[in-house]
Amino acid sequence: MAGGTFEKYKSDGSLGGNVLEWVDARFPATSMWKGHLSEYYCPKNFNFWYFFGSLALLVLVIQIVTGIFLVMHYKPDAALNANGVPVAFASVEYIMRDVAGGWLIRYMHSTGASAFFIVVYMHMFRGLLYGSYRKPRELTWLFGVGIFLVLMGEAFFGYLLPWGQMSYWGAQVIVNLFSAIPVIGSDLSLIIRGDFVVGDATLNRFFSFHVIAFPLVLIGLVAAHILALHETGSNNPDGIDIKEKKDEKGIPLDGIPFHPYYTVKDIVGVVVFLMVFSAVLFFAPEGGGYFLETPNFYPADPLKTPPHIAPVWYFTPFYSILRAMVWNFFGLDAKFWGVVAMGASVVIFAFLPWLDRSPVRSIRYRGPITKVMITIFVICFFILGYLGTLSPSPMGELVSQVCTVFYFGFFLGMPWWSRMDKFKPVPERVTFK
Amino acid sequence: MKKFLIALLFAPMLAWASGAAVHLDKWPGSVSDKAALQHGAKLFVNYCMNCHGASYVRYKNLLDLGLTEQQVKDNLMFTSDKIGALMNIAGRSDEQKKWFGATPPDLSIIARARGEAGNAGAGADWLYTYLRSFYRDDKRPTGWNNVVFENVGMPHVLYGLQGQQVRNHETHALELAVPGEMAPAEFDKAVSDLVGFMVWMGEPQQEFRRTLGFFVLAFLAVLFVVAYALKKEYWKDIH
Repeated sequence: MAGGTFEKYKSDGSLGGNVLEWVDARFPATSMWKGHLSEYYCPKNFNFWYFFGSLALLVLVIQIVTGIFLVMHYKPDAALNANGVPVAFASVEYIMRDVAGGWLIRYMHSTGASAFFIVVYMHMFRGLLYGSYRKPRELTWLFGVGIFLVLMGEAFFGYLLPWGQMSYWGAQVIVNLFSAIPVIGSDLSLIIRGDFVVGDATLNRFFSFHVIAFPLVLIGLVAAHILALHETGSNNPDGIDIKEKKDEKGIPLDGIPFHPYYTVKDIVGVVVFLMVFSAVLFFAPEGGGYFLETPNFYPADPLKTPPHIAPVWYFTPFYSILRAMVWNFFGLDAKFWGVVAMGASVVIFAFLPWLDRSPVRSIRYRGPITKVMITIFVICFFILGYLGTLSPSPMGELVSQVCTVFYFGFFLGMPWWSRMDKFKPVPERVTFK
Repeated sequence: MKKFLIALLFAPMLAWASGAAVHLDKWPGSVSDKAALQHGAKLFVNYCMNCHGASYVRYKNLLDLGLTEQQVKDNLMFTSDKIGALMNIAGRSDEQKKWFGATPPDLSIIARARGEAGNAGAGADWLYTYLRSFYRDDKRPTGWNNVVFENVGMPHVLYGLQGQQVRNHETHALELAVPGEMAPAEFDKAVSDLVGFMVWMGEPQQEFRRTLGFFVLAFLAVLFVVAYALKKEYWKDIH
């Protein structure tokens, strides 16, 4: 597979052949092409859930390309212009109205942000269903969790840039969370903001993080994620190892080359995704007020706190977990424990490879306990997400506390419940129609 | 577990708790009605632009409403003589703040800002209801109050057209005490046109966006057929 060595290209005497031979003697072109595409063998039984990896890569490219064009016109400046509007806010409306095609680029970027999280959540859920994080793919999973964390930071920094009311107050609330950390908290939040309130210094550093630092890390992690995957080979919906059954040439019997088979299949997925993406972009670019939140059409006003500050939908499950913590433990403020719980609720995904003790990977051969647990987990995730969009209420608090207990129970109880289940025998070869 | 199930049962009720208190009338207009948008533009520059700017919009955008440059210059431009100029008002926001207690907001994207989560179109409904819900209130410095926006700093600018409403102390309903120049139905239409203009102003290319969207989806539909056929062709040997 990727780790294997491939023979260098021998020219057939044509000009193109000569060039390729010249390059191949100096750069592993043929080797990379074969190792990662034309002779990288994937299980042939990938289903619907396996589209989201390549789609995540597509959305990353969309975000980077549209981002490059947005940076050409966007101005990270919190000062007020002649009309009393912050320059940053006005520059976004300038892109929407006066830059040729600017509205399309901006909507692609704003819709792309939500699409990124939808695609990544589906991709992570696939891992959960088929045990893709299990040995030997732990590092692929860990790089993936790293991508998710960096993506959350990237989204958070980017959300401040339009400098609307929700941008401003969302950042204010989130940065203030760091002040709940004992001893270093208030200095830490001061360092993050660069000021005592969210202001021009904050906007400029968030802009820098959003367009340089985090995208660089993100691309590095994506490369590591794919390299690690190609080292071990892909999992599949049956959760069995296709490398155990090989033909005389050493090719897995149930494996097919990624290119051309999965490239042509992923094109179908890409087209369907683009249809959904375009339907939102062209007909409901606000995403019903969830992708572009309506209060963000007011410019940031440091003197006017909105009655209800809610993060964007993709953060709301974790935000609910934060709000669910209302007790002071060990003399520390409930806010601190909220931050801890929120952080833990994201980082806990990294431990899945070691929490799952089931003898089989795929949900197909696991019993009712697994199915019930995953169902409850997903329901709780959705309820937490929904509650995070609402103003606090006593009933909402109770529901979010119950869901938080189930959320953590799912992970922390996994070493036990994943073993207790009834398992079906795993097939020798993959199931394919 | 029992607590969890009870909590689940009550989850839908949380949505009501966060709902708006005032009933909003549905905005009856449409941004594709050019005549209505032109009427709305006329009302906007005559009534709104005395205090509110639309500083992201250019006069030349008004050409998209089916007007000629000369028509815009003759009828709609009072603060500038350049068709490419922004629809600004003179910078006097500090004084405005003294007069009204708050600076009148820029109205370029007010229709989008007034939307709600789950209903981005609610901004138009809010504006349509708000502009028709002023009533006489002697306790307010301007002499006006509003059902939708309690103790608003803005006086009833359109009262000459609508007349004067009062609020019934028992039913809290609005009643027309002094008729204006327009009959109620005529006034509702005028406000609808004005709101339409503000919805259009929020995103002047929105009609084009939707039109382009149909072409993009049509292209993708064709591409899907080709891509699917290609996939079938390649995969026919995989068993």
